[in-house]
Amino acid sequence: MDQADAEVALRRPTLLAIALLSGAALGLEVLLLRLFAIIQWHHFASMAIGLALLGWGVSGSVLTATAERVRTRFSAFFTGNAAAFGVSAVAAFSIAQRIPFNPPELLWDWRQPLWLAAIYLVLAVPFLFAANAIAAALMTFRGRSGRVYGADLLGAGTGAVAVVGVLTQLPETGALAFLSGLGPVAAALVIPGGPRKAVLLALAALLWASWVDLRPSPFKPLSRALQVVGADVVAERSGPLGRLTVVANSEVPFRDAPGLALTSPTGPPEQRAIFVDGEGPLIVDRHQQGAPPPPYLDHLTSALPYHLGERRQVLLLGLGGGRGILQALLHGAQHIDVTEPDSGHVALLRDELEDFSGHLLEASRVHVHIGQPRSVLATAERRWDLIALEAGGSAAGLGAAGADYRLTVEAFADYLTRLAPGGLLAVSGPIDLPPRAALRLLATAVAALGRAHADAPGRHLVMVRSWQTVTMVVSADPLPAGTAGAVRVFVETRGFDPIHFPDMRSEEANRRVILDVPWFYDAAKALLEVNAEPFMARWKYAIAPATDDRPFFHDFFRWALLPEVLALRERGGMGLFEWGHLVVVAALIQAVLAAVILVPLPLLIAGRRGTASTPGLSRPRTLCYFLALGLAFLCIEIAFLERFVLFLGHPVLAAAVCLAGFLVFAGLGSQASHRIERPGRAATATAILSLAYLAGLPPLFEFLAPLPTEARGLVSVALIAPLGFFMGMPFPLGLAALDARAPRWVPWAWAVNGCASVIASPLAGLMALEFGFSAVIAVAACLYLLAATVAPPATTALCKPDTVLS
Amino acid sequence: MVGLIPTVLVLVLSLACAAVGAASENDEAIFAERRAALMREVQALGLGELQLLGRREFDPRVIEVMGRIPRHEFVPEALRDSAYANRPLPIGYGQTISQPYVVALMTDVLALEPGDRVLEVGTGSGYQAAILAELVERVFTIEIVAALGEAAAGRLARLGYENVRVRVGDGYFGWPDEAPFDAIIVTAAATHVPPPLVQQLKPGGRMVIPVGHQFEVQYLTLVDKDPDGRITMRQTLPVAFVPLTGGN
Repeated sequence: MDQADAEVALRRPTLLAIALLSGAALGLEVLLLRLFAIIQWHHFASMAIGLALLGWGVSGSVLTATAERVRTRFSAFFTGNAAAFGVSAVAAFSIAQRIPFNPPELLWDWRQPLWLAAIYLVLAVPFLFAANAIAAALMTFRGRSGRVYGADLLGAGTGAVAVVGVLTQLPETGALAFLSGLGPVAAALVIPGGPRKAVLLALAALLWASWVDLRPSPFKPLSRALQVVGADVVAERSGPLGRLTVVANSEVPFRDAPGLALTSPTGPPEQRAIFVDGEGPLIVDRHQQGAPPPPYLDHLTSALPYHLGERRQVLLLGLGGGRGILQALLHGAQHIDVTEPDSGHVALLRDELEDFSGHLLEASRVHVHIGQPRSVLATAERRWDLIALEAGGSAAGLGAAGADYRLTVEAFADYLTRLAPGGLLAVSGPIDLPPRAALRLLATAVAALGRAHADAPGRHLVMVRSWQTVTMVVSADPLPAGTAGAVRVFVETRGFDPIHFPDMRSEEANRRVILDVPWFYDAAKALLEVNAEPFMARWKYAIAPATDDRPFFHDFFRWALLPEVLALRERGGMGLFEWGHLVVVAALIQAVLAAVILVPLPLLIAGRRGTASTPGLSRPRTLCYFLALGLAFLCIEIAFLERFVLFLGHPVLAAAVCLAGFLVFAGLGSQASHRIERPGRAATATAILSLAYLAGLPPLFEFLAPLPTEARGLVSVALIAPLGFFMGMPFPLGLAALDARAPRWVPWAWAVNGCASVIASPLAGLMALEFGFSAVIAVAACLYLLAATVAPPATTALCKPDTVLS
Repeated sequence: MVGLIPTVLVLVLSLACAAVGAASENDEAIFAERRAALMREVQALGLGELQLLGRREFDPRVIEVMGRIPRHEFVPEALRDSAYANRPLPIGYGQTISQPYVVALMTDVLALEPGDRVLEVGTGSGYQAAILAELVERVFTIEIVAALGEAAAGRLARLGYENVRVRVGDGYFGWPDEAPFDAIIVTAAATHVPPPLVQQLKPGGRMVIPVGHQFEVQYLTLVDKDPDGRITMRQTLPVAFVPLTGGN
């Protein structure tokens, strides 16, 4: 096909095909997050972004190395790749979930990293095909690449939002079938025969995809629960926030009562278990409407706040299985507000579990609010006698790298301001040895009290432990005089141990569940001293409070601890710390290896080494420019995504708004980039804007937090628009400059940018863990400034970005 | 067909890995040699480290018994070659056979006597039950995964452990007909200590509950019932891991 033919062929069906394919690829990226969360663990799901970028990076190299052949056979190439995307989307996932990767064995079995790498590579394949097809269109329709690029970005932006809608209507496998079906539809749109053929091909793809069944890891809690004799799935719901599975067991009933006092006269009643993406469970107690709640709930450490005064107005941050509501009702609460981000979760308790839970959510005293805890709080005017939440961890600490905005200093400070006079904040969670989560809870509370200018935090705090749980109670004001007595009665009648309460004596510690060393008591004492910093610095685990900038409450990793834990591995020391931090490091190493080896490989094979020298251009400086852009773009995107998660209060909504926003506005910026002569100016503008956002967004978000969700969504789009617009400029400007002076370097620029994009995702994750999201943004801004410094010289008016891929 | 292709591909990958990682020997003599080496390793690892036991080394009886029991009989065929590595191994159904060092520790901490009757909740492969059977008079073990329980029962019978009884079902209520027990080991995940098990523990008896995940033990909970029937709970790490505040 020559140039004239190509321009004739760029009709609406072709543009539609490009948009469909681009949207399907981005939708698949988001869907993989969900699919991996179900079959493996959430933290490996984040690899999906890297996978997609690896596919795009390799594709860039392949295409630029074979540009001439692709241009002359565009229809066949596009059709083949689009159809291959559809087929491989299903096949790759099907293969990937059969690869025997088992995260808990990562440090026991040398084959596990190889299996992980295999998953990484297999899942990159569909993205490679999608990228091939779109890049081929960009290269072929060189004179009209603006329209192609527009269709690509519009499709991608739409796909990011649409997949959330698809997930509300279809189960995950159905969504996979739908997205894979778009591949053949896109293929059919560019070949003669039209829509009829497209429909047939799509149906064939759906049939193909219908063979996929999800195979969760046998080590996930749901898989294990279903192995127990008598286990039965009694209800299931899927949605963008998770797949909920309800399990009942009549032969070996669930008997979940974390840390139940040995003195409890009764055990838990009949229970059902809700697994979210196969993890959990959240327990639902059988309850009869109007009957008193089960008395065992008074024999958990979480009952403590109800023994320190009357709690009539209660706010529960998280619905769980409704146990918190029953506990509040048991203790006479008159008004119970509950926040829950997943409407599907609420619907499950209202519908499928309505009778079992005794119409719990329909009780007149119970009020459920859909949304993240802090978003709900921001719009609430009520004050509560008790705000309670659970601080759970994850299997083997593998989820340590996950952000948790409920457990930061800012969150605690916010909770404390929402308490009625005499009100309490209560946080309960599983105990860990050696202590770390409990100590971080204390440190966080102390920091939050410090913000409220509390002079003696020890007078505001109570903490108790059972053999499996810990509960901390915090008051904005000093606790009343009778608190010590009430705590003593509570722990003595239940066989619990106090960790701290006002006027506690050392001999009261470590008496019932005896530790070799009174770790909790000693550490609490040190943390409540005037200057706890030296103690936190000395403690073997990282226990400094989590903040909104570094919201990783469950990450206690210290590099210094690693050699000791590895040395103790043979002596059962594997449980001594959380491995999530190292998973991110491993992902970065893999990304570096994959990017460095795979992305430039096609270019090396094709012998594209570039020209030896070009007047006015330095190859190291030019490659540095594209490396900096690749790293910076994703660092900005990932870091601001986290900022918007907190603002929008909904991770999926934030992901959709950010992905779509950055894509669409970067596309518009790219289209407008020819108005700017110097590539360095766009990079400088991006750096300045990023730094302005870094400083300005937190107070702005705090100010705008009371707005309704829709308004916050619109504000988010408006905020992303200028940043995305400028971020879209430096890359096409750089390519255009290069194309004008040294076209043979273009493939290398493309490849280096692809490499950087693959590496940026885990790199940003690790930087955030180590230094916080502000540091990620600051580093990205510095990279943009570096890019501005080493940017290629300005291109002439004759060389516009539209022609860069020629 | 669609399901077949990936299965075949993974099979090929698995075989390739197995070819690299797995040795072909399954000869009993070689296993015995590996077992002896493993026990030397476990013994050496424990030397001077057993603060949990209040001793400097493992009870020689525990090491001797573990040195006789063919761990390779308790792991899946495909993992036999790794049977004598000091690591936990998957045994199917989302369960694992514990790390030998941890097995030695948990067995030792029970301070068993030859005439004891022991209850185990969570049979798994039956390896722990076999060790207990060599050390005490009677072992009663309960497994909630039917396939695992049945396989363990068959395996223990085949290996000649006539003093072990295996039951598939709910371990929460213990084994009232055979109570009381001198020792109880609860390897199944428990969010609270089942009161029936406390009741079935003899005065002077001891219960051990490892807490953690399939491939690791985070800490151990020990429940002691004194001769007067009073309960004391202790929690401890499986390893010596002090001081916690760096060099201070």
